[in-house]
Order: sequence, then C-alpha cells, then structure tokens
Amino acid sequence: MKVALFVPCYVDQFYPKAAIATLELLEKLGVEVHYPKNQTCCGQPMANSGYEHLTTGCNNLFIDNFIGYDYIVCPSGSCTLHIKEHLHSPEQEEKAVDIRKRVYELTEFLVDVLKVDNLKARFPYKVGLHNSCHGLRGLRISQMSELVAPAFSKPAQLLDMVEGLELVPLSRNDDCCGFGGTFCVVEEAVSSKMGIDRVDDHIEHGAQYITSADLSCLMHLEGILRRQKSDVKVIHVAEILNHYSNE
Amino acid sequence: MSNVTGKSHPELAADFNKDEPRVDWHDETLWWVRAKRDIAAHKLPEWELLRETASQIKHNVLSNLYTYLQQFEANAQKNGVVVHWAADAAEHNQIVHKLLSDKGINRMVKSKSMLTEECHLNEYLKEHGIDVIDSDLGERIVQLAGEPPSHIVLPCIHKKKEEIGDIFHEHLGSAKGESDPKILTETARQHLREVFLTRRAALTGVNFAVAETGEFVICTNEGNADMGAHLAEIHIASMGFEKIIPERKHLGVFLRLLTRSATGQPITTYSSHFKKPQEGREIHIVIVDNGRSIQLGREDFRNSLKCIRCGACMNTCPVYRKSGGHSYHTAIAGPIGSILAPNLDMKKYADLPFASTLCGSCSNVCPVKINIHEQLYAWRQVIVKEGYSPASKTAAMKAMAFTLSSPVLYRSAGKMGRVVFKYAPFAVNNKLNPWYKHREMPKAPEQSFGEWYSKRKEGQN
Ligand code: SF4
Repeated sequence: MKVALFVPCYVDQFYPKAAIATLELLEKLGVEVHYPKNQTCCGQPMANSGYEHLTTGCNNLFIDNFIGYDYIVCPSGSCTLHIKEHLHSPEQEEKAVDIRKRVYELTEFLVDVLKVDNLKARFPYKVGLHNSCHGLRGLRISQMSELVAPAFSKPAQLLDMVEGLELVPLSRNDDCCGFGGTFCVVEEAVSSKMGIDRVDDHIEHGAQYITSADLSCLMHLEGILRRQKSDVKVIHVAEILNHYSNE
Repeated sequence: MSNVTGKSHPELAADFNKDEPRVDWHDETLWWVRAKRDIAAHKLPEWELLRETASQIKHNVLSNLYTYLQQFEANAQKNGVVVHWAADAAEHNQIVHKLLSDKGINRMVKSKSMLTEECHLNEYLKEHGIDVIDSDLGERIVQLAGEPPSHIVLPCIHKKKEEIGDIFHEHLGSAKGESDPKILTETARQHLREVFLTRRAALTGVNFAVAETGEFVICTNEGNADMGAHLAEIHIASMGFEKIIPERKHLGVFLRLLTRSATGQPITTYSSHFKKPQEGREIHIVIVDNGRSIQLGREDFRNSLKCIRCGACMNTCPVYRKSGGHSYHTAIAGPIGSILAPNLDMKKYADLPFASTLCGSCSNVCPVKINIHEQLYAWRQVIVKEGYSPASKTAAMKAMAFTLSSPVLYRSAGKMGRVVFKYAPFAVNNKLNPWYKHREMPKAPEQSFGEWYSKRKEGQN
C-alpha cells in the first residue's frame, strides 16, 4: 500500500507537529508513507471565497503531486473535503476523479481502511472533542445531530483507545466554531462570538485540551483561548493518538 | 425589508454583537427551538424517509410546474374562486389594492404572509390610504414597533417580553411595566377581536395549494387566518407559485414535516382548508412570480423553490442565531434568504452568501432537503464572476493563487514570513486585521513540516 501524506499549507507552516504526528502514527501502524514535496495548498481559501476559477494552478499541481498513490491521507477534514468535492482539471479530469476517490481524512483512514482497533497511546487528560463541520457533515466522520440516524464518531472511537484519556461531554455536540475560512475576517464579529461560545462549552465541562480532526477550527479556538489567557490547550487528534506518556 | 441603513451583513451583525447578553439570549432561544425540533424529529423513525419523499414531491412540482398551476387554476375556478396572476411585487400589490378599492374598503386584516413582506404590501397599501392590521401576534408586535419581522416563523423572536410590554403599553394601553406573556396575549386578543369583527377584507398567505382539488391550506397556531377569512366578505390569498402540491394526499407528508421542523410541535394548531367561498362572499387567489421563474431557470439554485418556510434552517444556523434576522436586510433572513435574495438583486445582496461558514447544518435540517450550503458556495462563485466582489479582495486572491500554484514561491514565501501570515484567509484584510480583534495570531514555528521532512530525509541518507 502506497500512501501519500497531504499536509495542507497552514498545517505545514504553523502546525508541523500535527503533520509529524500523522506521519509517525501511520509509520507505526506499518504504512509506507510518501510526502510529495512540491505540494502547497488544496485551493480552498480561494474557492470558498468565490474564486474557484483561480484554483486551476493549485489543482493541476495537486494532481501532479498526488497521482499514482493508493491513498492520500490528510490530517484536516476541511481540505480533504475540498479535494473530494472540488478537485477538477479540464485537461486531466480523469486523474482528478481518481484522486477525489482516494483522498481520506486521517481518522476515517485509520478506522475505515486500516481498521485500527487498538493503539499504544496514553494521554491522561480531560479532552473535549470539537467536531469540525466539514469532517462531520461533509465527510461524515461522525453522525450529525440534525439527522435521525444512529450516532457514531470515528475520532471518538479512536480516542477511546487512548489510555487515561477522558472525553468530556459537551452541551452542543456539533455547533460550528465560526472559523469558516475568509468568514473569520469578513464576519469578524460573529466569527469571534461563535468561537468564544465553542470554547466556553469545552471549558464549562472541564476540558484540559480541545482536540479535533481539523486544525483550522483549532487554530481559531487557540487564538481565542490564548487571548483569554486560558490554560486550556488545543491539540490535533493525531498528536494524541501518537502520544505516549507515563505521567 | 429593504436595507434602510445601507449597511452590509457584517456591519449589521457587528452592531447586533455589541450587546453580548442579548446575543446569548437570542442564540439560546433559537437553540431551544432547534432542540425541540430534534426531539420531535427523533420521535419519528421514518423522518429521513419523509424528508426524501417531500423533496421528491417538490422536485416533481418544479419539473411540471406549468401543468400543476393550470390544473390548480381550473379547479379553483370551478370552486368559484377568482384566480389572479402577478408577474412581480408591484403587480401583486396593485391587484390587492384594486380588489379593495372596487369595494370601497379601506381597512384590512391580514394574517402572516412572508410573500406580502417580500412585496412590501403593507407600505404600499398605507400609501394608498388603506389601513392594514397584522393579526398574527408576533407580526402585530413588530408592526406596532415599526419593524420588519426578523424570522419567518417567529417574527418577533428578537424582542424580549419586557420590550413587548412597553410596545403594548404605548399602543394598546396595557399597564406600564406589564411583561407577563399571558396578560399581554390577552391584551392583544381583545384588541384583535375588535379588528376581526369590523374588517370587511382579510388577506392570508398560502402554505399549500392542492392542484388536484383547487383548495389551499393555511397553517397557523393562533387561528387568526380563519378568524379573519371567515368573517370578511372578501378573502384574498397571496401565494408564491411554488406553493403548489399535486395531490391532497401529499399534505400528509408536508403537514407532518412543517411544524415539527418549525417549532417541534407535531402539527400546527390550525391547518385550515379553503375551497369555496361562502354564499355572498368572495375568495381571490393571487399567484405571484416575482423572480421565481428566473430562479427556476438557474439550475444550481432552483431547488431553493422547494422551501416550505419552516424556519428550521434559521434556528439551526449559528450565524443567524448570533447575528439576528435584521442583519440579513431582506424579508426572508437566514440561510434560505441568503440564496433567495441574490436572485432578486445580486448587487444589493452580494454580502449574504458570504454570511455563512458553510457548516452545512441548514441543508441537513431542511425538511425538503434543499442543498442550502452548496447553493451558498455556488452563489459566491456567481457573485465574484459578475463583479460584485471588492477589488482589494480580488487582488489578494490573485496573489494568493499565484503563490500557491508554485512550490518554489510557496516555500520561499513561507520562509519569509510563514506564507499564511501574508496571504491566508485571516490576514487578507491585513490593514485592519480583524482576526486580531478577538484572537491571537498563531505562533510561527521555527520550521515548516516540509523543512523538517527534508532534514529527516537527509539524516536518513
Ligand atoms: S430552506 Fe428548508 S429549512 Fe429553511 S425554511 Fe425552507 S424548508 Fe425550512
């Protein structure tokens, strides 16, 4: 199995630790991981702002980098969803279609493809799980509260395998955090308020860490936590799953 | 309602957010309604099947609209109902006005109708010397306050009971400082009773129009539509042409979905069927287009015409809950309003499709499965292509696209200042840096993952 690691631009630049954890975790699980070094961005920031027509360059670059692998794994639900739904190329649409079928968010890859049922991980803290909307409703890595259907959560299923970790319940299990790409600056007032309310829900339930399969949400929540000088930290789910501590 | 302030959604939402306790109260009130909807929906194991069925029925309607409308018209006429067609809001208002003035009527009672809000009927009739009283309690409150509704089902959800008490004190003579909802409701009831008994004309909306029988159904919780329509000598029903359903049996699907989605009730208190006028009375139906046929022709957006106006997408929308209905500066607020409004005026409503995080909650709560968030995404593309996007944003996006299309540029820009600082979504408008107002910027690490990875490779070699 040849797996390519897709590290979104903001993860590459700001949260390399999450990408390192993803890589190490996959290697621990016996996966041969390649990192195509010319990758940049999935194009989502432009597309969600209404400039999908400017993403041709990004799309073609993505195809050149990621064609030919069995799977493409990414530690971000949002970017994975963007590729799945919007990767197109007038010149090489067949390749685009192929890639769209092979791209996986990390937790869905671990659960659905690798079928991981135990992990050597220990993280003895109270953790709040933030469901990112793109992971939840877009990729369906968890069940959303709007639908009448049995509940499940791939990230929670994995976190349950971690020794010492206690998932805290939340009042609103899947409310959006308000990041939303350019939304967070265009609609600064609402975006911040949404983030503050998300953070409060976790804090009120005693979370020491907020985790998620999406770093874009965590980047937003982290910005709010740090402004509030809170002790609560954000951590990508890969970092927890790859973590072993004897504390 | 027209944007009297000239402000955009972000500005109006920022104004609303100046009073944080009010935002919390607004958010919690609507979340409570959403939670009630969840309980009601989860009680029906067949809920998702119902949604799919409703969506398919509406799909059929939209594909055969002409046939069903004609069938409806013929059957309604057979029942003795007069059918009028209005191409736009102006024509709708003229028809209503003429019906009233032909009879020398200058006072009308009206039950809730978002279509008349869309057409600005109240203002129009007022200018023509006709007094309109809204009989829905919430509508009456906002009418007395001189405001448009802020929600399609809960028109005065933005008002606290103390504020309503003040309005009633001023206009209806209730005691000063009275805010007990029971007493206020009774005050309104007395006041409206007098209205019902003395108005000769009543206008209602239409929730469902049945092609097969030519009848139409109005859903209210207060029975105010019936009260008005049964006592008046002329009943005018205004309906958007998408309100049609093929057969009576389909009502079973929609009536089960509508109120559960709207308020969590199993069914509305009054689902009133109107078919024939009583002896000596008249029923008129005005079937309105007002941009709907244009939307029907826009393939990406035609599904929005399936909407049954339950308001569930507003209650679930975190942006609506935290920015208030008036921030959308259009008759129909929230997610659905944001895909309907640009169809009417793309320039004026260019901000609305961006007033969303694209979280997708709206699409999944919608009882007729409108792909609302996908349409918001699609509108963004249209709005940018049509040139209704700020030039500064276009320039930033071009620079960003250019950098991100080249691995070399990306890497060097990343080194220079962590590329994302420079071009990332949250730094696009870096003069004012709205990100920083309530949030710290991410800390830049010493090296990117790409840099770490090359070093590791070197180490391995
Ligand atoms: S779009 Fe759907 S959820 Fe929103 S008001 Fe219409 S029917 Fe209800």
